[in-house]
Amino acid sequence: MIVAAFSDFMQQVVSGLASGGIYALLALALVIIHRSTGVINFAQGEMATLSTYIAWMLIAHHGWRYGPAFVATLALSFVGGVAIHRVVIKPVERGSVLRIVIVTIGLLVAINGFVVWEWGGEPQQLQSPFGTDTFSVGGVIVAAHDIGTIVVALGIVVLLWALFQFTKLGLALRAAAVNPEEARLVGVRVSWMLALGWGLAALLGAVAGMLTAPTVGLDPNMMAAVLIYSFAAAVLGGIDSPLGAVVGGLLIGVLLNMLSYLSQYGIFDWFTEELRLPMALLIILGVLLVRPQGIFGKPEVKRV
Amino acid sequence: MTTLLELDRVAARYGPVQALTDVSLVVREGEVVAVLGANGAGKTTTLRAISGTVSRTGGIELEGKQLKGGPEAAARAGIAHVPEGRGTFVDLTVTENLRLGAYTRRDGSVKADVKRIGEYFPWMVERGGQRAGTLSGGEQQMLALGRALMSRPRLMLLDEPSLGLAPLIVREFFRIVRRLNEEEGLTVLVVEQDARIALAASSRAYVLEVGRVALTGTSAELSGDESIRRSYLGY
Repeated sequence: MIVAAFSDFMQQVVSGLASGGIYALLALALVIIHRSTGVINFAQGEMATLSTYIAWMLIAHHGWRYGPAFVATLALSFVGGVAIHRVVIKPVERGSVLRIVIVTIGLLVAINGFVVWEWGGEPQQLQSPFGTDTFSVGGVIVAAHDIGTIVVALGIVVLLWALFQFTKLGLALRAAAVNPEEARLVGVRVSWMLALGWGLAALLGAVAGMLTAPTVGLDPNMMAAVLIYSFAAAVLGGIDSPLGAVVGGLLIGVLLNMLSYLSQYGIFDWFTEELRLPMALLIILGVLLVRPQGIFGKPEVKRV
Repeated sequence: MTTLLELDRVAARYGPVQALTDVSLVVREGEVVAVLGANGAGKTTTLRAISGTVSRTGGIELEGKQLKGGPEAAARAGIAHVPEGRGTFVDLTVTENLRLGAYTRRDGSVKADVKRIGEYFPWMVERGGQRAGTLSGGEQQMLALGRALMSRPRLMLLDEPSLGLAPLIVREFFRIVRRLNEEEGLTVLVVEQDARIALAASSRAYVLEVGRVALTGTSAELSGDESIRRSYLGY
């Protein structure tokens, strides 16, 4: 009984880390855009869905193998993210934050509508690059897709961290986000840096979408729930903290699975799958009330 | 000496507020030139017009070429603007601030230049990993200067470097500026509220009054004339 409980527990942890890795990627995208543009990008989920449809189209309709389709999707998403910034965000950037928020909501609706119009509303199947195998590690049964998801998510996080920390471009991206006026004075083309930020966010979303589709099925609203979990992750970690986004994502993923796990053993037995989303919103609310800057954020100092 | 920077009847405004009406001035290669005047005379705006952080009319030429565009373009043309209030990236480390200073440079000697800056400011190398926001005001001002040097500028613009600093620190700052001028031929246009220290550090000066050049002369002339000191410089 106890052994079974333990292996069940570990299984929930692993699958929690896998979904948490996806939330981390999307939360990181939210953080990158929030740091540079100052708003939550409500279209982040739909951008990821669109990217995933592109990957699916390349594989299912054009016969591409997964690897090239993955790379091409990332490249297209990056370019698309840059284009979104240049075409629809930049013109309203100097206005109030509310205007940008409304534009991102407009993007959400527009992309969602486009996806339904182009590919229809019925769910499609996108294969997992890691297959559907499961294997047993010391009695714990894990899915290859979950392990692959964790590895890819963490790999992307490390690559991104290295980009920001060790390259001249990364330094300029950070400088442009935290202090655009000074950055211009040292010659950084700030507007392009913000556009690159949108490109990176779109790329992160594409990875998140392609890792999500194999388990939940590809449909136009696939990322809606994932986006809410990622909001929760970003808020929990601190909306301006990349590290916070990653830790927050993993925490949310594992925490929600823990509730499911415990409910099987009579603890929190009121908890059902339907309560996952409300729980995420409760976490957002709780963090905003108790510690608005999140785990890793700094308390906000308003410039007057 | 050849002319490095020339402003010809420059005007600038912030919305409806006319900050500069008619400023013409010249900075020659290897000079330290001061811009003095009361609050609101247009000193800061003059520097902002040169670096393109405020839109302006009139002619601004660097090495005979018209300066166009915003601050990114000015930085690429060789102008290092150290704005009022330090102008460091407080969230980034000392080393990262210095690396950003060299952002426009395409040659690979950035590491060597960090070392060179370290000869003037040894603590910047020793405490390279420290966040700029945790430095003292004087250290931040020195870091802003060091960062500006990293771009190997043709012209450095310093805006009120003495602001909020202890007199001892201010003297130290200007001593280093002079040393850079003498040893490396650095050309500087400095805006200062504190006329006494600015005249001591510069060879020529312009005095602005409500957006115009009211008078100009060598720093020795200006500081030697008591009536000018009284009526324009306030000491």
